[in-house]
Amino acid sequence: MASRKGCVLCNGERRALVKIPSTLAPSCKECFFLHLENNVYNTIVRHALFKPGDRVAIAASGGKDSTVLAHVMTTLNKRHKLGLDLFLLSIDEGITGYRDDSLETVKRNEQQYGVPLKIVSYEELYGWTMDAIVKQIGLKNNCTFCGVFRRQALDRGAAMLKVDHIVTGHNADDIAETVLMNIMRGDFARLQRCTAIQTATDETIPRSKPFKYTYEKEIVMYAYFKKLDYFSTECIYSPNAYRGYARAFLKDLESIRPSAILDIIHAGEWYQSAQQVKINVPVAGGAGCGGTCVRCGYMSSSGLCKACVLLGGLDRGRPRRAIAADAE
Amino acid sequence: MLRVRLEFSGGAELLFGGSKAVAAELPDPHAAGTTTVRELIAWTKTNLLKERPELFVQGDTVRPGILVLINDVDWELEGELEYRLQDGDTVVFISTLHGG
Ligand SMILES: [Zn+2]
Ligand SMILES: [Zn+2]
Repeated sequence: MASRKGCVLCNGERRALVKIPSTLAPSCKECFFLHLENNVYNTIVRHALFKPGDRVAIAASGGKDSTVLAHVMTTLNKRHKLGLDLFLLSIDEGITGYRDDSLETVKRNEQQYGVPLKIVSYEELYGWTMDAIVKQIGLKNNCTFCGVFRRQALDRGAAMLKVDHIVTGHNADDIAETVLMNIMRGDFARLQRCTAIQTATDETIPRSKPFKYTYEKEIVMYAYFKKLDYFSTECIYSPNAYRGYARAFLKDLESIRPSAILDIIHAGEWYQSAQQVKINVPVAGGAGCGGTCVRCGYMSSSGLCKACVLLGGLDRGRPRRAIAADAE
Repeated sequence: MLRVRLEFSGGAELLFGGSKAVAAELPDPHAAGTTTVRELIAWTKTNLLKERPELFVQGDTVRPGILVLINDVDWELEGELEYRLQDGDTVVFISTLHGG
């Protein structure tokens, strides 16, 4: 028969419904909500992520993380009078049956939270949908295209909204997973950057991760108990096996010792501080060198930005496709 | 026989042919008060799981990354695999392994 444990946070006043992974505290619904919200609020304050009057875009995919982030940001903005002008910013990659469905979720969020929504599409920015790109290049490098295009699309959408800041739904599990992947790939430059709560250069709008210390389990439980609806289908073009293995490994570790997730983030942060002394100067070629793309004006260290290089390859392929279509 | 309601979400439903809720009837010798969640998971795997079993089960438990709630309580507070099911219990499986 079910045990009836009391919540340790309100001294057993209410029944415990969640075991909070970071503290292992059996917690009632109300205390759990407050735990997550305070955790995010403390992260925002400790790192001075915003100032009153800031215009902030929430990168919204319709998935669990960004749906909960939109909810928590609007809640904290009201509760603590942060004075933020919030916006939802979504990218439409042009993937039928995936993004068109998840965008419906984001449109519902716009209504529920009263936060204006801006959707920018690959098609309007680049003249290509992911469906068309996959048709042309197949399923080999499509995620490279999508990654480069998305990063730039978020920046451009943020510029259209004239925001000071972008927040993304990356949670503690995501960051720990990225630390592991960067170690496994030997990618030291990314390892140093990936634990940063905020990334900013002179040319780009700062991005930050208010969920840096929030476990995925907490986000999913929060969505469940708040009955927030989110979209949860894997991208149809992205099997991403390597990340899948890193994720499975991380989850196995977490099931043995829940602190593993924060421990790995912590380990990543230490690599960063140990190395910064040695290699601060020669990071030429990275963002922040001041160049811009000759074709589209986006920041770039060489003549063409990554998106324009990729587009060059695609557009060269276009006539071939047309001929193939004629031949049918 | 044991009657429980099973719910699948967060992408877990995709492994069960898209069904988000199942009124499950576990035949004898399954019975209220003796059948555990461990046995429920084994039964679910044999009788309901439609594809890629490795995304749902690992050994005799669910794959890490799948959250389980028993009557809306985190199963980590309810004895996990050892919990003895009662008629009318609801067990929810939520995948966290699908896109964010
Ligand atoms: Zn409480
Ligand atoms: Zn360019």
